[in-house]
Amino acid sequence: MITIFCNGESRRLDRVMSVEELMVSLGLNPETVVAELDGRILSRPEYAVTPLADGATLELIRFVGGG
Amino acid sequence: MLTIAGKTFRSRLFTGTGKFSSPRVMKEALLASGSEMVTVALRRVDLHDPADDIMAVLDRDRFFFLPNTAGARNAAEAVRLAKLARASGGGNWVKLEVTPDPRTLLPDPVETLAATEELVKAGFVVLPYMNADPILALRLQDAGAAAVMPLGSPIGTNQGVLTRFQVAIIIEQARVPVVVDAGIGAPSHAAEAMEMGADAVLVNTAIAVAGDPVRMAQAFAKAVEAGREAYEAGLGARRTEAEASSPQTGLDFLR
Repeated sequence: MITIFCNGESRRLDRVMSVEELMVSLGLNPETVVAELDGRILSRPEYAVTPLADGATLELIRFVGGG
Repeated sequence: MLTIAGKTFRSRLFTGTGKFSSPRVMKEALLASGSEMVTVALRRVDLHDPADDIMAVLDRDRFFFLPNTAGARNAAEAVRLAKLARASGGGNWVKLEVTPDPRTLLPDPVETLAATEELVKAGFVVLPYMNADPILALRLQDAGAAAVMPLGSPIGTNQGVLTRFQVAIIIEQARVPVVVDAGIGAPSHAAEAMEMGADAVLVNTAIAVAGDPVRMAQAFAKAVEAGREAYEAGLGARRTEAEASSPQTGLDFLR
């Protein structure tokens, strides 16, 4: 069991998964979400090959309406 | 045609995407506005509402995205947001907003200039939201801003172009396009800015919160076109004394 901090909430994962796997498990479309892992912005191709380590801090960001 | 950083726009009305009652109304209003460039913001995904995705309704082939840095209170936060926007595949354009005071949402000139310099160096096309300060506009232009976006009045106030005197100087001096942003609350305000020679206006609240946002978007589109046409046609000079429109001769028979 590993614990990560995603968008300010702690979240337990029952196995190591990639950023992309987490996005999909959360019901998100990886094409429209930006990921910042431990302060570093990931490029789109990195989502599938970047594992989430225990204690990782992940921010998932996307566009919303704004002026 | 308006050109900013080599990209041309037929419409001089830029539209914000915030505050609409639904994604469907937003999309219809944006289409009715004729806008080719729309602003968007960046926020944390709401993990309890993963389907709430603006990209599901906005066609990026139809609308050019101008991500903003709204919510940033200093240059570092704005730069971080800009880099996140670029990573999203949203291109390298950014509407730079640095507003430390949530009560007034007035832009911080020092942090805005610092962030402009940093983002230009990092390869961004930067359109800074700024107070209507003619000297600051020159400084931002010299720092490499692709356009300047002076405020008409504070964001969301619908008060119109209260900064008319300063905006006129900015327009007169600018070598980059001037986009009047914020506070444009009615089509007449948009027309006023365009008559003054603004290159474009950015409107959000006035359309989004209108009784009928789609019709209001059409009204703004007409006002922007009318204002631009009047500017190009050349307005008559303002005078303090009356000048008769009818001939002052040929009245001898009356007296």
